[in-house]
Amino acid sequence: MSSRDQILSRIRSAVAGAPEVEISRSYQTSGQEAGRVELFAERVRDYRAIVHVVPGDELAATVARALSGRGARRVVVPGGLPEGWLAAVPGLERLRDDPPLSAAELDAADGVITGCAAGIAETGTIVLDAGPGQGRRALTLVPDYHLCVVSADQIVGGVPEAVARLDPVRPQTWISGPSATSDIELNRVEGVHGPRTLEVIITR
Amino acid sequence: MSGTFLGMPSFPKNAEKALQDSQLRYNLRKATHTIRAKRATVVEELPDWLELRAAGKAIKDETLRHLDRYLLQVEEAVTKAGGHVHWASDADEANEIVTGLVRATGQTEVVKVKSMVTQEIGLNEALAKEGITAYETDLAELIVQLGDDWPSHILVPAIHRNRSEIREIFLEHMAEWGRPAPDDLGDDPRMLADAARLHLRERFLSTKVGISGANFVIAETGTLVVLESEGNGRMCLTLPETLISVVGIEKLLPTWRDLEVFLQLLPRSSTGERMNPYTSMWTGATEGQDFHLVLLDNGRTKVLADEIGRQALRCIRCSACLNVCPVYERVGGHAYGSVYPGPIGAILTPQLRGMESPLDASLPYASSLCGACYDVCPVAIDIPEVLVHLRSKAPHGPAERLGLKAAGWVLDKPVRLERAQRLATRFRGLVPKRRLPGPGAAWTDTRDVPPVPEESFRDWWDRTEGGSR
Repeated sequence: MSSRDQILSRIRSAVAGAPEVEISRSYQTSGQEAGRVELFAERVRDYRAIVHVVPGDELAATVARALSGRGARRVVVPGGLPEGWLAAVPGLERLRDDPPLSAAELDAADGVITGCAAGIAETGTIVLDAGPGQGRRALTLVPDYHLCVVSADQIVGGVPEAVARLDPVRPQTWISGPSATSDIELNRVEGVHGPRTLEVIITR
Repeated sequence: MSGTFLGMPSFPKNAEKALQDSQLRYNLRKATHTIRAKRATVVEELPDWLELRAAGKAIKDETLRHLDRYLLQVEEAVTKAGGHVHWASDADEANEIVTGLVRATGQTEVVKVKSMVTQEIGLNEALAKEGITAYETDLAELIVQLGDDWPSHILVPAIHRNRSEIREIFLEHMAEWGRPAPDDLGDDPRMLADAARLHLRERFLSTKVGISGANFVIAETGTLVVLESEGNGRMCLTLPETLISVVGIEKLLPTWRDLEVFLQLLPRSSTGERMNPYTSMWTGATEGQDFHLVLLDNGRTKVLADEIGRQALRCIRCSACLNVCPVYERVGGHAYGSVYPGPIGAILTPQLRGMESPLDASLPYASSLCGACYDVCPVAIDIPEVLVHLRSKAPHGPAERLGLKAAGWVLDKPVRLERAQRLATRFRGLVPKRRLPGPGAAWTDTRDVPPVPEESFRDWWDRTEGGSR
């Protein structure tokens, strides 16, 4: 008998006659609508990320200020990122992932700019799903600086609404603040292997 | 489970030794109290915590009830998405499968995401025997690996080490494994984390094989989910050309929607955060990767067959029970002699390994049955209930069995008890004050002999007519 059949048959005899289970989902499945954007901004800030909330028409200027503030000149730009977001940045070297950039090239970049698939207010989480303007997972991992643009209509109240909105088949990365560790005496330290700086621009 | 801990003395002996270590007790107290408070704050934030907990419990029970069906579903979904599924009935078979897969790539180095299950099966040791070096990349696991030490906590494996000990380990051992620590390394956590970043950076960018576990596997979609903080997980999951994930069969969740419950329960219970910094989810061969899923039994089906004990399989390895346990707080993780320490370890280890060794047989007693573990458990595992159940199944010594048999006989009839009490009062002068002789000595190791009264309550009642005379 193969291990597969062995495991399956052991399971069947172990649970034979066990009662059926009823799952009650009486927990909240939608978060508060009012103040969603403010809550999201506050919660992302809690993780010591840099957060800006700006009107849509100030996005390009905010992107330009953020990049020049860091002195980021060579920036990874995933396919499908709206060109307008970078319209106000002078002398930017765009690193396109086509053909795919090597890990070393990503490591040498000054940063990466992306959009996202969703934001979760209650937990201050940004979800990337490799869609347009986000690129494959390594793009937001290897560079030391991640600038992420979230539009207000992408922000949902809580985790259940985000799960309902997302496609499980797409590779996803849920990001809540910059990379961090609490392994040393449980002191939170931001910045280990992922980007040490996360900057978020929320447009309304 | 792995033989690493075989031959270890029983829990009371280990505990006695650990209790002598005041540095360890200080480190543990500080860490468990910090994380306990953080957890309480973020759990209180959610008005529907109890409903989430009930749903989490039910979803896991449903998974276990129809585990055969859900495993087949996972197999189909992962295969359809271009991944390969392997089944391992025990540790040896899992190690053989993984070793074979790594060998097929021609590589001799792998990077690892922190994973309990690969420690359970002793994967690193098995790989080393075949000339393959496994590099742990989680900061705490790195500290443990560099220090040639054992993990002592599920979430924070190096919880028993303080910053200056960690600095020592880095300075002394980083060079043996790769890039040495900078000479001017201080003991500031920020500096230590930076040293780990530099030490592992090159390794992440160049290693071709990654090995991980998973927090959840979604049956209906074949999606694997890994929660982490540092980004080492993302590195190991996304950069290598080959990814091998070893997962215990109890890690399944039936539907994608079930994540809405567990992505709330786990981070808040575990690190005491609203959400952990990074969660990765992928389905099958992703972004051109070669993906292998190894489904592991290794005693789990045996646990599943025990009606009371099977609830331990609901565990999502959050470690909240460790952080509130008065026993764990004082003795630390090593005393449990297993990769699963604390209250959950006390019920999981003896069930997975059996209770043949003195250590495993002593684990169900490593508790005061206070119930704090049950209160914080996000999937409502009644740990005290399982502990008591396992105690009844544990082997008992001949003296204890004889003693209990005698007590049973005496307590069976009121007249026997009355006579026994009279006998005891008459010979009370002969009863030692502190320590019992012979096989009773073990019982008085930690207690004084209770004084035998001059007169039993019954006799006093008869003599005074209930105190009225």
